[in-house]
Amino acid sequence: MQTIGRPVPRKEGRDKVTGQARYVDDLIFPEMLYGATVRSAVARGRIKKISFEGNIPWDEFTIVTAKDIPGENCVALILLDQPYLADEFINHPEEPILLLAHPDKHLLEEARRNVQLEIEPLPAIFTLEDSLNRKEIIWGEDNLFKSYKVEKGNVDEVWQSADFIIEGEYETGAQEQLYIENNGVIAIASPEDGVTVWGSMQCPYYVHKALLKLFGLPEDKIRVVQVETGGGFGGKEEYPSMIAGHAALLSWKSGRPVKIVYDRAEDMASTTKRHPSWTKHRTAVSRDGKLLGMEIDFVIDGGAYATLSAVVLSRGTIHAAGPYSCPNVRIKSRAVATNAPPHGEERFAESNKTSRQKKGMGFASFMHGAGFTGSGEKYLESVVGAEATADGRVRILAASTEIGQGTNTIFAQIAAEALRLDYDSIEVAKPDTGAVPNSGPTVASRTCMIVGKLVESAVLGLKQTLSGSGLLKENYTQEDFRQACRSYIEQHGALKSYSKYKAPPGINWDDEKYEGDAYGAYAWAVYVAEVTIDTVTYEARVDDFVAVQEVGKVIHPILAAGQIEGGVAQAIGYTLFENVVWKDGRMINNQMTNYIIPTAADIPPIRVFFEENPYAYGPAGAKGIGELPMDGAAPAILNAIENATGASINHIPLMPESLIEALGGESG
Amino acid sequence: MRAYLPEYELKPAASLTEALTLLSDEPGVWKPFAGGTDLMVLFEAGKLLHKKFVNIWNLPELRGIEVTPEFVTLGALTTYTDVQANEVLQQEFPMLCQAASETGGLAIQNRGTLGGNIANASPAGDSPPALLVYDAELELVSTQGSRFVPYNGFHTGYKQMRMREDELIKSIHLPRVSKPLLHYYRKVGTRKAQAISKICFAAVTQVDASEIKEIRIALGSVAPTVIRCSRTEDVLRNRKVNAETISAARLELAREISPIDDIRSTARYRLRVAQNVLEDFLTSLN
Repeated sequence: MQTIGRPVPRKEGRDKVTGQARYVDDLIFPEMLYGATVRSAVARGRIKKISFEGNIPWDEFTIVTAKDIPGENCVALILLDQPYLADEFINHPEEPILLLAHPDKHLLEEARRNVQLEIEPLPAIFTLEDSLNRKEIIWGEDNLFKSYKVEKGNVDEVWQSADFIIEGEYETGAQEQLYIENNGVIAIASPEDGVTVWGSMQCPYYVHKALLKLFGLPEDKIRVVQVETGGGFGGKEEYPSMIAGHAALLSWKSGRPVKIVYDRAEDMASTTKRHPSWTKHRTAVSRDGKLLGMEIDFVIDGGAYATLSAVVLSRGTIHAAGPYSCPNVRIKSRAVATNAPPHGEERFAESNKTSRQKKGMGFASFMHGAGFTGSGEKYLESVVGAEATADGRVRILAASTEIGQGTNTIFAQIAAEALRLDYDSIEVAKPDTGAVPNSGPTVASRTCMIVGKLVESAVLGLKQTLSGSGLLKENYTQEDFRQACRSYIEQHGALKSYSKYKAPPGINWDDEKYEGDAYGAYAWAVYVAEVTIDTVTYEARVDDFVAVQEVGKVIHPILAAGQIEGGVAQAIGYTLFENVVWKDGRMINNQMTNYIIPTAADIPPIRVFFEENPYAYGPAGAKGIGELPMDGAAPAILNAIENATGASINHIPLMPESLIEALGGESG
Repeated sequence: MRAYLPEYELKPAASLTEALTLLSDEPGVWKPFAGGTDLMVLFEAGKLLHKKFVNIWNLPELRGIEVTPEFVTLGALTTYTDVQANEVLQQEFPMLCQAASETGGLAIQNRGTLGGNIANASPAGDSPPALLVYDAELELVSTQGSRFVPYNGFHTGYKQMRMREDELIKSIHLPRVSKPLLHYYRKVGTRKAQAISKICFAAVTQVDASEIKEIRIALGSVAPTVIRCSRTEDVLRNRKVNAETISAARLELAREISPIDDIRSTARYRLRVAQNVLEDFLTSLN
């Protein structure tokens, strides 16, 4: 029975629609305390004094500062520059300084307001220009987290012979991921039993790695369990390591379970957002329409600490030239520091752009690489396990998380198809670092193509073991498989199989020269937007949207279309609605009333079409899909606006307040 | 929730008399709490400074829509859902119905009240511009009796109004003279639903032989309070709608409003779009 390509029910769908699914904030542990974070109000400075004021029974509170950290005070990720709690120096607004825990969460808030911080301010920088010009050195020796250079052919020689040279500067803004469920965790930690954390997250093993360093404990003393997660969009990639550490520190000191769940205001102001960016393109073109050369300068604002900026920059660098054949290319890219909260990954996007109601149409053609960039997958060495039970059921063991996008469902489909079993006979284990191997982070459009392929290999390993033991014949039924599993387990014990990532043949990448195959495969797409500009209010509406993409074999048509529809809706928000208002490095519209995301009434019909060209090294021929739809909507919409008004717009978000300027204040 | 709950008191009032007695016995100590759609947002954010409230939500004296030949009288607790469902309002005061339908989502429309919207005194309210051009009058009550005040001029500054601390808004009176007029309402809020207005424009007019006879214009989100634009009205009254009139009206409107830059928009955008909407309204008369 074929399951690939069919819209089977979601594995966790019934629990979600009937309200049985339990999220962090639904979990109550006996004797549990609530935790809160005291944060900096200034962008950069030096802590002079902390005092505990007000009519608060302070002796009832667990109070944690940097001095209480048993291991190293840094969030282990790529670099070790970001502290869990600022000890002396503050580098961005909302930086955590002190933690509080108490059984009464209302009194906890009152206490948080009564911690007085005396901070001597230091000069801060908030713009890419100030960081590049080193107005202040706020990170390392030069404010530079990372830079890359890509060279192909000889760009310097093309300008002379070019018939046309097209130049432009493009800016994109920060974007809040705005998952429905805010960040939240519960921790139990003690020197005797180690640390266990339950939380809403994308990458359990990132949290695991960070807690190892924070507590200085051996690997088997740290356990991280993902609970039902209400969306991530890249916003729960690295930040859960921070909040998990905070809850664990409070539990370590109090000896009781501690829950920290942010409210929307704290989540929006404090956690990572999409990196703001600036790009300069210079392109040489011949009269017959050939691209002769491209020179690209790409800069992203990483905020105060390095976090994942190097990874985001790398992907941006490689995608900067778009899906075009061009003999001469130079790409220079930099990730720089500012005194804003660190910017993290968000479902990637690349804006390479090219009566009263004015209508226009625009399109964008683009690609998106699936999996970690460059040698990333090689270093990750992801592992997936499969386990068969005596009643012939198969469990997938992976740390890849279900965050609403369908991981559980497609893994079960891939396994069922590979083993020719019923979809219902496949289970997907809950990601728990105590029970599943490290299949890598749930990011970078890698879960289906990379981890899904490992699922396929792992379950085929089960079949080979059974065949090799002479227990399973070539054409078997579900019942034959069950019998074989039972016999095997009776004779040999547990039946498990593991599969580890190996790069497909012919895929090579040079980290030094930044040359080679950055990704095993790319998804390809053409998006078309139709817009109306209201010249009375300068509001742009997307009236119709067509998204055509080639993503290899489509595993689940409804989930895949949902990924595209959701991604396009998010990208329409990115392009026309979502404006993070900054003041001195702090987001000041950190509430849903004033950070405007589009409603269903603002989103047009999104017409999704798939071309299927199976990829040999993806499961059943599938490639990656998650981030792809973010890339195309902005350039398609800006091109449509140019078509409608003649105004060439090079920045997003394009709010009505800036379209008024682009249209020269022309009235209706 | 950031508020410290034990510090707050919400006292239920069994009758209007009981509520008014409480307000007059301890002036300024108690404030009314109706649908709570503004207060609960502040409470959740830990920004609700006042701590003692009297719950007036269940007072029948402040509910109901009454229709007489001269007036429609809306109890202060009339919700946005009640407004939209009323046939007389649909026919004679369509802008009030439109404003109600564009305020918040369904849950807010079920709890939010017209009296609360007025007393909250936000310059960005969606209904106040419509109430202004419909020449609403407010009935205020206290233990000393009741009095009527015109809505135009009720708001005197940002969050300031002509009402004593011991008074409640009892009802809103709308004279039934609007039916023959042309109505034009436009809320600009960037997204189509669940938005706080950047500009809110309401106007009624009567055009006779292509000359504007009667005209009333009000705007929200362009000054410290919602405002009637009487000087712009003066420029337009007894004029034909043509390019010259439109240009004069745009100019006068710019003098009459005082928009600012804030978290939602810019002064420049608000000024220009207010003028554009005015022009769109005037053009629609031809």
